[in-house]
Amino acid sequence: MADKQFVADSAVLLDIYKKAALLKANDERARKVILSGQIAMVYYSYRGQEIIPSVMGNVLRDDDTICTIYRGIHDMLGKGFPLRPLWAELAGRSTGSCKGKGGPMHLTYPPKGIMVTTGIVGSSAPIANGLSWAAQLDKSDRVSVCTFGDGASNIGAVHEAMNLASVWKLPTIFVCQNNLFAEHTTFEKMTGGQNVASRAEGYGMPGVRVDGNDPEAMYSAFAEAVARARAGEGPTLLECMTFRFFGHNFGDDDSYIPPAQKAAAMEADPVPHLRARLIADRVATEEELAAIEADIEAQIDDAVEFALASPWPEPDDLRFDVFETEIAA
Amino acid sequence: MSATEKQAKPTVTILGAIAKAYHDALAEDPKVITLGEDLADPEGGGIAKITKGLSTAFGDDRVRSTPISEQAIVGAAIGASLAGYKPVAEIMLMNFTTVCMDMIVNHAAKLRFMSGGQTNVPIVIRTMTGLGFGSGGQHCDYLESWFAHTAGIKVCAASTPEDAYGLLRSAIDDPDPVIFIENLPTYFAPMSFEMPDSSHRVPLGKAAIQREGTDVTVVSYARMANEARQAAAKAADQGISVEMIDLRTIAPWDRETVLASARKTGRVLIVHEAVKQHGVGAEIAAVIGEELFGQLKKPVKRLGGTFSPVPYSRPLESAFAPDAAAILAAITDLAS
Ligand SMILES: Cc1ncc(C[n+]2csc(CCOP(=O)(O)OP(=O)(O)O)c2C)c(N)n1
Ligand SMILES: [Mg+2]
Repeated sequence: MADKQFVADSAVLLDIYKKAALLKANDERARKVILSGQIAMVYYSYRGQEIIPSVMGNVLRDDDTICTIYRGIHDMLGKGFPLRPLWAELAGRSTGSCKGKGGPMHLTYPPKGIMVTTGIVGSSAPIANGLSWAAQLDKSDRVSVCTFGDGASNIGAVHEAMNLASVWKLPTIFVCQNNLFAEHTTFEKMTGGQNVASRAEGYGMPGVRVDGNDPEAMYSAFAEAVARARAGEGPTLLECMTFRFFGHNFGDDDSYIPPAQKAAAMEADPVPHLRARLIADRVATEEELAAIEADIEAQIDDAVEFALASPWPEPDDLRFDVFETEIAA
Repeated sequence: MSATEKQAKPTVTILGAIAKAYHDALAEDPKVITLGEDLADPEGGGIAKITKGLSTAFGDDRVRSTPISEQAIVGAAIGASLAGYKPVAEIMLMNFTTVCMDMIVNHAAKLRFMSGGQTNVPIVIRTMTGLGFGSGGQHCDYLESWFAHTAGIKVCAASTPEDAYGLLRSAIDDPDPVIFIENLPTYFAPMSFEMPDSSHRVPLGKAAIQREGTDVTVVSYARMANEARQAAAKAADQGISVEMIDLRTIAPWDRETVLASARKTGRVLIVHEAVKQHGVGAEIAAVIGEELFGQLKKPVKRLGGTFSPVPYSRPLESAFAPDAAAILAAITDLAS
């Protein structure tokens, strides 16, 4: 595996862009519907972090699984979460993927391998290992990915999971999306060693720090990790450097982010950068990309309309899904 | 109307009272220290800004932001308490106590006993919770009965600013571990109470009779005590006299006050936001049954959360926990 090169060709880059454009548009719409009062929800914007899950979505198969976090709608859309059940869940409607019971922090869609979304920092990692173990037992080459933040890298559960994955040679890919902040706390202030990737060494697995906003670097690191996992060579920890543009949760006072740092990150917005590059390299024309983007907007329009026209759940629904057998009335 | 409900300017919030209690405790005793996620000023003074200003006033040796590491937070609090300090640890939301239960249940609660009284753990764990924000299954549980079921831990929850101040000060003074539960959705509600002065204490284990009555006893705590107060006022309009008890301390609870009231009215309703099954209300009802068998006019009634995780969708979330209307209906039913 070591000598194989994983290079994103132009078809891959175009696919990554299509996904990133969807993620960006969906985040913009989510913030818009919150501001307009159409949907009230606690929302963790991932704007600025789109390249990481767009690459993951390009590389992963439908039968590969992910466990993600409250800031994870980008991961899910990258993995193929359909828009209608997504938006209906955000709106708390009975047609949502979780019947309105889970909400934005617990979106789930097993047909695309989107198995767990947790609101508990660090808890995505141990569960991903179980999905990996099942793949081993099934003699399948499918892999499982857990995503988590830089802050989560200080939770015990993440460390226990990395060690277990290493000793069992599990096909787990630990994707730390390092956006340099955990709520209001800087990465610098709370991370011993100032590096997450280097922690992998202590657990005997490869740890790679990569520019998560660079589609080619991200692709080659992630595709290699997946190839290793599929080949039975065990887990990888990827620390993907990125930035979130809109504070911890949307509406949060983000004055703790130094304005210059934020301005520079927004200036380097990875999505329009990739777009410009595709045009410059003649991978796609302006018109082609504009058509793709218009189609995305139309799909989101449809999904939001569907969500808002859908019925609310009934109080009696609380008796169902606690167990397989309903709770007596 | 009791003394605590006297009319004052409605400007005090529970949040303000907790912030003042915190400040006063740090100012009066150099052994009081505090730690938690985002708690110091460079990190904004906490998600609800309760600790805003403390690190600037008392220094970041005593007031520390931590990594997201709940086991490390509670463990450090326990260790410092063994060495003579009085740590207040913030576990941002009550659901996050689940990732440090070992520290709380196996260590904080038990070290005094297991060491034969040689050591003790005078820590306070402040933690916020409560539904109302559509935050779903992992951010607003009331888990007090887990802790109440653990010998060695005291548990309290205030529903008024005065009690919040007095209970937090008593919790910090207390020589044993105390879980101090704060209701996030009612933090910011201005209430008709005066800001207590720094000598104010509410003894742990002592309930408050917030309204005297003769027909029905309502026992509650935390946000549900607010709902019960509203229901009691409406019941009075219907000619039903409600005695309204706010437990304030859930463990150890004030059996004497509750039993005296139950003896007087013969009709008891217990209300909490936590899931009703196996909740605190079950213990209280059982004790009333043991002590007052034959003296009750009606079976004890309980209201609590539905037996399900807290749901996201608004109509489901509102259906999950009791409210003033449901409490009033239960009072009317008991009184009939
Ligand atoms: C165990 C636990 N502790 C605390 C929290 C509160 N909390 C939610 S998100 C967050 C910050 C997480 O930061 P990071 O892991 O960097 O992810 P990001 O939000 O930046 O994507 C905190 C402290 C939580 N949800 N779970
Ligand atoms: Mg982060």
